[in-house]
This record gives sequence, C-alpha cells and structure tokens, in this order.
Amino acid sequence: MLQINNLSATVGDKPILKGLSLTVNAGEIHAIMGPNGAGKSTLAYVLGGRPGYEVTGGSVTFTPTRHPGEGRDPDQTNKASQGDTSLAGLGPGLRRGDGEAIDLLALAPHERAAAGLFLGFQYPVEIPGVSFVQFLRESLNAQRRARGEAPLSGGEFLKLAREKAALLRLDMDMLKRPVNVGFSGGEKKRAEMVQMGILDPSFAVLDETDSGLDIDALRVVGEGINAVMRRPNKGVLLITHYQRLLDYVRPDFVHVLADGRIVKTGGAELAHELEEHGYEAVV
Amino acid sequence: MAIAEHLPTRRDEAFRYADLAALAPLWPVAVEAIAVPAGEHRALSIVPNGDAGTLRELAISLGKGASFDLRVLSAGAGYARISVRAELADRASFTLGAAQLGSGAQTLEVVSEVTHLGRDATSRQVVRSVAGGGASVNYLGKVKVARGADGTDGSQSVRAMLLDRQSSANAKPELEIFADDVKCAHGCAVGELDSQALFYMASRGLPPETAKRLMLQAFVAEAFVGAEGEDELLAAALAALEAML
Repeated sequence: MLQINNLSATVGDKPILKGLSLTVNAGEIHAIMGPNGAGKSTLAYVLGGRPGYEVTGGSVTFTPTRHPGEGRDPDQTNKASQGDTSLAGLGPGLRRGDGEAIDLLALAPHERAAAGLFLGFQYPVEIPGVSFVQFLRESLNAQRRARGEAPLSGGEFLKLAREKAALLRLDMDMLKRPVNVGFSGGEKKRAEMVQMGILDPSFAVLDETDSGLDIDALRVVGEGINAVMRRPNKGVLLITHYQRLLDYVRPDFVHVLADGRIVKTGGAELAHELEEHGYEAVV
Repeated sequence: MAIAEHLPTRRDEAFRYADLAALAPLWPVAVEAIAVPAGEHRALSIVPNGDAGTLRELAISLGKGASFDLRVLSAGAGYARISVRAELADRASFTLGAAQLGSGAQTLEVVSEVTHLGRDATSRQVVRSVAGGGASVNYLGKVKVARGADGTDGSQSVRAMLLDRQSSANAKPELEIFADDVKCAHGCAVGELDSQALFYMASRGLPPETAKRLMLQAFVAEAFVGAEGEDELLAAALAALEAML
C-alpha cells in the first residue's frame, strides 16, 4: 500500500533521511521508533509534502484501496471520461481506490490528502478565527470534490463530526471553537484523531500522537486509532518514542530508525526490548 | 493634525505615507464634525469603493457617557484615506474597526487621533490590512490621554498581512499619556500568512487558495466584531477579498 524505496531527504541542505526503505501492506500497522534526531518527524513531513523538506533521492509509491461504500460505479467513470465537468481536471492519481499506484512525491500536500493520506501532527497548529467545523467541512469537501464525490451538506457533515467526536470522547462544543486555539496538549491530539475519523483516510502517518497525553487520553487515542484505521484496507505508520501507545495499538511490525535509515525490524516484541535495553543496544 | 488649504507634503507627519498624487485632485477636504450628546450613541460605516478615490476627515466629539462606533472597509481600486479625530469626555466610548484590502498600485490609509479628555473613557481600535499586487496599506494612530483623564482604557490592535514582496504596510501606533491611572495596550504586527498553518490545512486536503482564503477571512473579520452591520460589512469585505485572490 505504501512503498518507500531508498528515500533520501534534506532539510536546509542537511541530509536527514539516507536511503530509507519500508513497505506497509494494506491491513498493517507499522511502528517507527528511534532516538532523537534519527529522522522520524522528517519522514512524516516528507510523506506529507511539507515545504522545506527536499527529497534528494528514492521514491514513494502509494496504492490506496477503495473504501467500502465509496461510490465509483462504472457509470460514474464513464461520465468522467465523457467530460462530466464535476469530474474534470482531476489528476489520475486523485481517485482513491482505483487500485493504481500513485507517485506520492509528485503530488501537492492537499492532493496527497485527497488520495487518502492523513498526517497526524506532533504539534497541531492553531488557526485563530477559523472554526474546526468550518475547517473540517471545507477540507472534507475539498477532498471529496477532488475524488469526484458529491460534497456533504452542513447537516450531513455535523452528523458525521458528532459521531467521530463521541468516538474520541471530545466535547462537540470544542469543534465549534477556532482550530486548536486554547486546546490543551491532550485535547489537540484527541482533535487530531477526530479529524482522522472524519476524513477517513486510507493511510495514516501519525507523528508522536502519543506525546503529551496522560494515561486516560492515551487509551482513548489508542482506541480511536484502532476504530478508525484497524481495517483490512487501511494502513498506519505510527511514529512514537514510547512503547506505551503500542499496548493499545498493537503493531504488526516495529522498525528502528537511526541516522536516516531503518536499522532493525521486528514484531511487537521489539518495542519491549527497546524499552528495556534502550536504542544503544540495537543501533 | 491641522488641515491646511495647501496640499500637504511628506514632511507633514500625518501624510508621510500618503499617495500625494492621488490626494491632489481630492484636496482640500471638508471636515465632517460630529457631536454626540451625553449618553447617546451613534454609529457610522464608511465603505469607500469607488475607483475615483476617497478622502474623509471626521472630527467626533463625544459627550459624557456617549459612544461612537466607526467601521471602515477600504477596498476598490482607488486611493482611500480615512482620517478621524475623536475627543472623549468622561465615560465616553469610541470604537474604530477598520479593514483595508489593497490589491494593486494603490494606497489605503487610516489615520486616527483619539484624545481621552475625561475620566474612565474607553477607546478600542482594531485595524486589519491586507496588501497584494504592490499596494501600500497604512495606519497612523495616536492615543492621547490628557492630564487628569484617569481610568482611561485605550487599546490599539494593528495587524497587516502582505501577500507578496512588492506590497508594503506602514503602521505607527503612538501613545501620549499625561495621566497616571491609565491602561493603554497597543500591539502591532506586519507579516505574511503563517506557512505552518497553510501546510497544516493542506495536509487535511485544503487546496492552497482555499486555505489562504479561510485565513484571510478570519483575519479581516476581526475588524467588524460587534459592529451593528457586522453581517453586511463582513459580506462586503469577503466579496472584496474574493476579488483580490
């Protein structure tokens, strides 16, 4: 589903990723652990397409799978090819679920999102004056339009938002407030997960979603990741410092990232080993 | 801020950023005197939108406990200069909310001089400017607190957003205080749209132009919070913003 091949990247001319390769198949959750400065967040940002993170080599191929119930009947496809204006101008990579491989790095950040990628931020950004509800509705509908789907009405969107907020035990009133403004660290992370639930991505890259969470919030977030992303047609790359989150979200694979490369891969037990012996024993 | 018969020059502080060539055909300006009797309230919205240019000079005098709510939306293609002097007696309240949306080779400016003459008067000024396409957006604002005007509560919040490197913003909030028990806050910032926020929004699927629009809408809306015609002003501002983007 996500195939990272020999990826190299620099930040301000400094090489950070140095030939990283990793394959995540549909239905899998992979954890990436590693010491500070190993390049974990850089990997997340490169996958998301953040300006200033320059890819200097390698490739990333993304093959999103179709979501159940997501309409793309042959009729619609025919309409598209016959020049239906609502579907016109879409890049071939933007229609999620056609089973075709996308060159992820060729897409702009918002196109990656429309293709089904979600990037969960370590430090979610505050946007004064723009409410979560407005922001997410515009985001979801922009994605839907890019995929040739009909936008959701205000009512439909609120129903969806309420459902996902309840799942992550976030007070719906908080979604009426400006994006992340005045939210505690834990609330911001919970809100990230609510956003993930609403946008319903095929693949999620979660950058230290567990940092700054207390034990209860950690459990809620863990359960949220499972509820939204633990599906046969989805994949997750979970970047974390601690083994704790992995008690709730059991990874199929654990990778150790050090100095810009994957240096060790194992099962869930590797996380316990690292917790016990530290990275030095491995790196 | 003396009004001369002659066209001002750049040496005149209140005109240091003015577009004098655009000002010349509009000069001289007739001062509009507005006196609000004690305890009464007035409101005024100025929406210069013509290409011919706009020049207004208001002199507002507020009696005891009187209040005035002035909102300005400067957009369109011409030069716009809105100048206001306000004098506040005891417990008077003055609000200025201004949005300036400059989109071409034009200058838009708000010049204010708010004088707290009496005690316990309040003044609030919020100016939000957006400049693109080489425009220049200016704010020159002075808050004066006279001797004995204790209990004064004055604030100036001035922010400008530059959409490109050709555009410019000048902001000069000033305080002149001769009383002791005074609360005067002023904040001033000129910047560009937050690139971190833009990337965050893009990561959720918002195309850059939509993300930019949402952020600018929120920014401009701050000038009209609590205005009597808030919805209409906001709609007009958003339409002007739309034309800019």
